[in-house]
Amino acid sequence: MFPLGFYPYMIGGIIIGIGVSIIYIATGLHATQSSFFDTTISFFSKRPYFLQKQYLNSREWRLTFAAGVIIGAFLYTITIATEGFFTTSVEWWRLAIGGFLVGFGTRLSKGCTSGHGISGLASLSTTSLFAVITFITVGMLTALFVQNLGVFP
Amino acid sequence: MKLKLIVVFVGGLLFGFGLAFGGMSKQEIVLSFLQLKDLGLLLLLGGSAAVTALTINLIPKILKKPLLDGKFKKRQRTLNQRTIIGAIIFGVGWGLSGLCPGSALASLGVGNIPSLIGIAGMFLGAYIMGRYFT
Repeated sequence: MFPLGFYPYMIGGIIIGIGVSIIYIATGLHATQSSFFDTTISFFSKRPYFLQKQYLNSREWRLTFAAGVIIGAFLYTITIATEGFFTTSVEWWRLAIGGFLVGFGTRLSKGCTSGHGISGLASLSTTSLFAVITFITVGMLTALFVQNLGVFP
Repeated sequence: MKLKLIVVFVGGLLFGFGLAFGGMSKQEIVLSFLQLKDLGLLLLLGGSAAVTALTINLIPKILKKPLLDGKFKKRQRTLNQRTIIGAIIFGVGWGLSGLCPGSALASLGVGNIPSLIGIAGMFLGAYIMGRYFT
């Protein structure tokens, strides 16, 4: 069940929680991820949906937050990572189609692994609890199905 | 204003560092979770949600308002069909690719250039949702 042990996962989770917490304590913002797509599209699109006030007001900090996430992972890789840089062996078509469904689905659901998973569960939201149970269950069924078709990893 | 962005950036650094530390920036690890071979990511999710839960539920009782600006507000979401249908579509994409929004960004930071394909797909998916389904 836990071939890589408990600690990397637990410590990683606690570090993420501290990151979300300092942003909340300083600003009251819920530091979540998937709204970043809509707020960034608002720089380019004239559609009213993307120009809603809450997107225009949050697009600057969400872009800053995304940059922090990328650079934070980079800092991990050049400091304490023993394995160096990483390239996935998941095929491009799975990343493309999967990415499209992730973008569409998280915006329809108004939350992702961090929005519903971290901030939503932490807010004791039953809406987020149902969303998390749904996407983890469907994610498992999909991954097992794809694996049974003989597609790896 | 500037100080707020600096705090957001530092919080983002920790978020990305933690995702990479916990292995979620690697699609292979996410898929091994979803294929039920390694349930460790439940600990990562539980750990981050637990720390955040303490903050969100206790800090507003100690501080009247956030240290810099803004207000302490609950994250508001109402349960409807879109919540669940969206979560189903997200789950299919997650199980196919091993990517979710935050882990795809962190994946760039660990040097995984192919996750750019996934991020481009996410932008397209978010655009189609906002353009045709609202």
